[in-house]
Amino acid sequence: MIRVLVIAASLALAACEREDRPLRSEPVPGEQREAIALASNSPGQGGPVEKKSGTRGEYEKVAFHVSQGKKLFTWYNCAGCHANGGGGSGPALMDDVWIYGSAIENIAASIREGRPNGMPSFREKIPEDQIWQIAAFVRALGGFVASDVASSRHDEMYAHEGEARLPAPPQRASAQPGLAQPK
Amino acid sequence: MRFRLIFTAGLVLWLTGCSGQQSALNPQGPHAEHLANLFWVFTAVCSAIWLAVMIVLVIGLARRAPARLDPLQLDRGRERRSVIMVSGTVVGTLLTVIALTALSFVSQRRLFAPDKPAITIKVTGLQWWWDVRYETDSPDQIVTTANEIYVPVGKPVAVKLTATDVIHSFWVPSLMGKLDLIPGQENELQFTASRPGIYRGQCAEFCGWQHAHMGLVVVALPVPMFQTWLSSQSLPAAEPEDPARKKGQEIFVSKACFMCHTVRGTSAGSRVGPDLTHFASRQTIASATLPMSRGNIAAWVLDPQGIKPGVNMPNVPLTPDELESLVSYLEGLR
Amino acid sequence: MSTQAAAQEDVRDTHLDDAELHARLTRTWRTGTSLIERLSSVDHKVVGRRYILTAFFFLCLGGLSAVAMRLQLARPEAKLLGPDLYNQLFTMHGTTMMFLFAVPVMEAFAVYFVPLMVGTRNIAFPRLNAFSYWIFLFGGLFLWVSFLLKVGPDVGWFAYVPLSGPEFSPGKRADVWAQMITFTEISALAVAIEIIVTVFKQRAPGMTLDRIPLFVWAMLVTSFLIIFAMPAVMVASTMLILDRLVGTHFFNPAEGGDSLLWQHLFWFFGHPEVYIIFIPATGMVSAIIAAFARRPVFGYLPLVLSLIAVGFLSFGLWVHHMFVTGLPQLGSAFFTASSMLIAVPNGLQIFCWVATLWDSRPVFKTPLLFVIGFFFIFIIGGMSGVMVASVPIDTQVHDTYFVVAHFHYVLIGGAVFPLLGAVYFWFPKITGRMLSERLGKWNFSLAFVGFNVAFFPMHILGLQGMPRRVYTYLPEMGWGSLNLLSSAGALVLFTSFVLLLVNVILSARRGPTAGENPWDAGTLEWATTSPPLPYNFSRIPFVTHREPLWDNRDSLPVITGLSVDTRETVSGTLTEAFPEIRENSPEPSIWPLLAAIAVAGTFLGSIFTPWAVVWGSIPVAITLTCWFWPKGTPEDEK
Repeated sequence: MIRVLVIAASLALAACEREDRPLRSEPVPGEQREAIALASNSPGQGGPVEKKSGTRGEYEKVAFHVSQGKKLFTWYNCAGCHANGGGGSGPALMDDVWIYGSAIENIAASIREGRPNGMPSFREKIPEDQIWQIAAFVRALGGFVASDVASSRHDEMYAHEGEARLPAPPQRASAQPGLAQPK
Repeated sequence: MRFRLIFTAGLVLWLTGCSGQQSALNPQGPHAEHLANLFWVFTAVCSAIWLAVMIVLVIGLARRAPARLDPLQLDRGRERRSVIMVSGTVVGTLLTVIALTALSFVSQRRLFAPDKPAITIKVTGLQWWWDVRYETDSPDQIVTTANEIYVPVGKPVAVKLTATDVIHSFWVPSLMGKLDLIPGQENELQFTASRPGIYRGQCAEFCGWQHAHMGLVVVALPVPMFQTWLSSQSLPAAEPEDPARKKGQEIFVSKACFMCHTVRGTSAGSRVGPDLTHFASRQTIASATLPMSRGNIAAWVLDPQGIKPGVNMPNVPLTPDELESLVSYLEGLR
Repeated sequence: MSTQAAAQEDVRDTHLDDAELHARLTRTWRTGTSLIERLSSVDHKVVGRRYILTAFFFLCLGGLSAVAMRLQLARPEAKLLGPDLYNQLFTMHGTTMMFLFAVPVMEAFAVYFVPLMVGTRNIAFPRLNAFSYWIFLFGGLFLWVSFLLKVGPDVGWFAYVPLSGPEFSPGKRADVWAQMITFTEISALAVAIEIIVTVFKQRAPGMTLDRIPLFVWAMLVTSFLIIFAMPAVMVASTMLILDRLVGTHFFNPAEGGDSLLWQHLFWFFGHPEVYIIFIPATGMVSAIIAAFARRPVFGYLPLVLSLIAVGFLSFGLWVHHMFVTGLPQLGSAFFTASSMLIAVPNGLQIFCWVATLWDSRPVFKTPLLFVIGFFFIFIIGGMSGVMVASVPIDTQVHDTYFVVAHFHYVLIGGAVFPLLGAVYFWFPKITGRMLSERLGKWNFSLAFVGFNVAFFPMHILGLQGMPRRVYTYLPEMGWGSLNLLSSAGALVLFTSFVLLLVNVILSARRGPTAGENPWDAGTLEWATTSPPLPYNFSRIPFVTHREPLWDNRDSLPVITGLSVDTRETVSGTLTEAFPEIRENSPEPSIWPLLAAIAVAGTFLGSIFTPWAVVWGSIPVAITLTCWFWPKGTPEDEK
């Protein structure tokens, strides 16, 4: 009986988070400069020194942020290189190859800092909150976001299934060297 | 010069309270006048009917007819009289209804009879602003602006309405009734402004968080002034000479602004947000939410989410110097 | 009962004396006192009482949302509520009032009073009745618990697409709304079917069609409206949830769908919906006027024909909600004509009532005061309705506070005031105690004044340019003072409802005892005890007049021959109510509650995954099978 109540309560609280509509970003977003490790090793004891706020890492659990990210993906012309996730001059975002890691922090870092071979840096061009919203949407394209958070379809011509209905990307037989493994 | 004068006057009017600027009972064009007259006729007829029924009811209640011992004891003569009275009133109601329907139908035909428009404006509704395009035959003369529509006085204007996201509704009560902007559909509305002036309108179909602040402004100018306005709007923004404004332009095209806004004459060409090429020539900021002034520009740029929570323009962190220069730049975009 | 019982002597009520009759009938028809027995009750009065209380509970919740909205709108650019919370509140207000209060409370009164008024022992399909109550309760709880968990809908009670579609309403909020609709529609359809069958087949012998009380006629017409209108909104909400969950394109213009399709489907339901709310109220007005004018209502036949005419016409008005969407002008004009035409049968009703009151010496008790308030307010609403029915005028006032004023005048004036009058009228019958007259008069006065102060200024605000569904407005628009006045009126109106609650609570325990017929009214529900015994009538009455209790003041003729040890009702012909057979009425059963839980669970799951419908259908099938499992009752052919 207690277990049922606990499960019900946690489901209920999960509802609270999914349906958040934070219309205002946290105060002084400029001061929350995240420091994300781009490599998993560093000398000496312990792993690389990171400074993650953690709050924006939760954006992929909030339907509003994923939906905003989807809007911004079109508005800021990410589709210009990545199409609707299938890729073009840029890599596909719907498959399971994550050159720089698939964690939301890595995706946000890619957008903010840019990457060699063509990904521009959007630091100071796109506000920090919006970078994380776009990263949350990219996570949805990759199939990492719960189906009740991601959108099922969009109101335009149907270029691809909504992120909640995308099939899981095919598992690769062997780990390819040089590519970071998806988290 | 007269141009400036009218705008200042408009600003003053705005600041001193524009009650009546958005009122259906303050018509400023033939369509709106027609609608207001029809409204008053209906009000008179309907009030008279209501009053008549109330009087009969009150008299009936106050009459103190003799109390009945047996509730089933009904006087046949009185019942017959009631039949005649009620039948007569029902026939009267039917005739009134037919008359009002006919009046409404005739009004409707006159109101919506298409006229050859002097100018066609394409208005697209987005969450939560109005994209305005003056289409002409020569593509280099197309004027794109936002949230404010300028029309020539005394000439029929056609507005083609559509939307790209959700359903909105175009409503300027002093000039005409409303018409919805529906995605996937193009509707057309016609109106004429009888006098020069500034008329406020508002979105009238619930469209999300900032539906309440999705206003618009219609400015009616005498024909020559309107032509002057139209040609000045088709020009790109002048290159800034002032160093503060130069710095402001640099910030505009290198920070977040250019990602969403267009200023023709610079490299900023995004069509996501309103066109700002002649931003400072407008009466208002943020879909007729704030009057145009330096302070309001600064407030809007610094904290749009505080003024219109949920709006699509994000809060962008700017240092005070950056803000100062940017506001100077925007102020100069006449 | 087993076949063994059939072989035993079948005791009828013909030769029993009163005490023995009472004892046996009570034993057969009573609802037990244990929790399981109370949850299994199929007594229409028990279910009806629950329905009324639950509907009034939702009225409170809807009213509190309205008070919150009015507090926010009292001043320009107030920061009491942000846009997100305001949007949720006005959605909850509209949805609660329309789906969880207005329709259910009218059905509730029907469930309680129609069987009593037609002189039968229980409503038709009593287990379905219990099921419909549980579905209604679960649907309402589903909506409000979701609101408290931030999953409450925020797209308006009408949920226009594309705003409520998958792209512009992320998350599960709109899905909760769409499925909640289905709950309440199932509940309404079930009650509609029961009412129609009760009225057509279970009337007391001698109650020909022209002896049916006007309230029963009103409920009969309403039930037909429900059956034809509700499926439209169920289709619409199902299409919406398919668009949102499964990825269909019903409302996606880019792929061949149409946003206007939603509006057509919704308003095809939406317009009859307001008549579903209003027509029962006209029945209540007729009942109250007859009792307090101390004479039968003038013009029985015209009133019945008006009810039927309004029912038919109400299906031809829906496009008047869409006059500004750009539909062809001639088509819109047709709907202007039909919208104005419906004023004729409505007017006929009003004139008949006024004629009744003219030719009488009215007794000015609280129920009649509310009816007088109804006349004052509803006619204003009807007149503003005639104005908005005109396409040109509507282009100015559509989606403004003028329309808000109009529909509150017709709904509160036309439905809530008669409802409050009906509460004062029938409370003695339901509880056996009278409500306080003094508090009643205060209740009426505050409600009348509060309502008019709250809503009349809205006519002016709409004409001055204030649109609907706005969480705030600019100070320079000049709307501040009228809004403040309106908010003050809203608080007064709210106080009047608090007064009603106080009156009900105080009187339920300590009010003066009411006899069988405290108002000396004429219809059959007053022919039994207050509150009615579980079996309603000791013997089924035989009806010879439209107002049976006025026609037979000394004693009411009855028919005999029903069994006292099994639950039996009389089933008769449709027009003449000539008794044909003795019908068995089902025993109490827990399966309606369990089936409702299974159905609720299925719908709750379906907002997350379509598979819930597949897996959920298993418990639904099981509970329904157990519900309908034949019980081997003795055959009716005796």
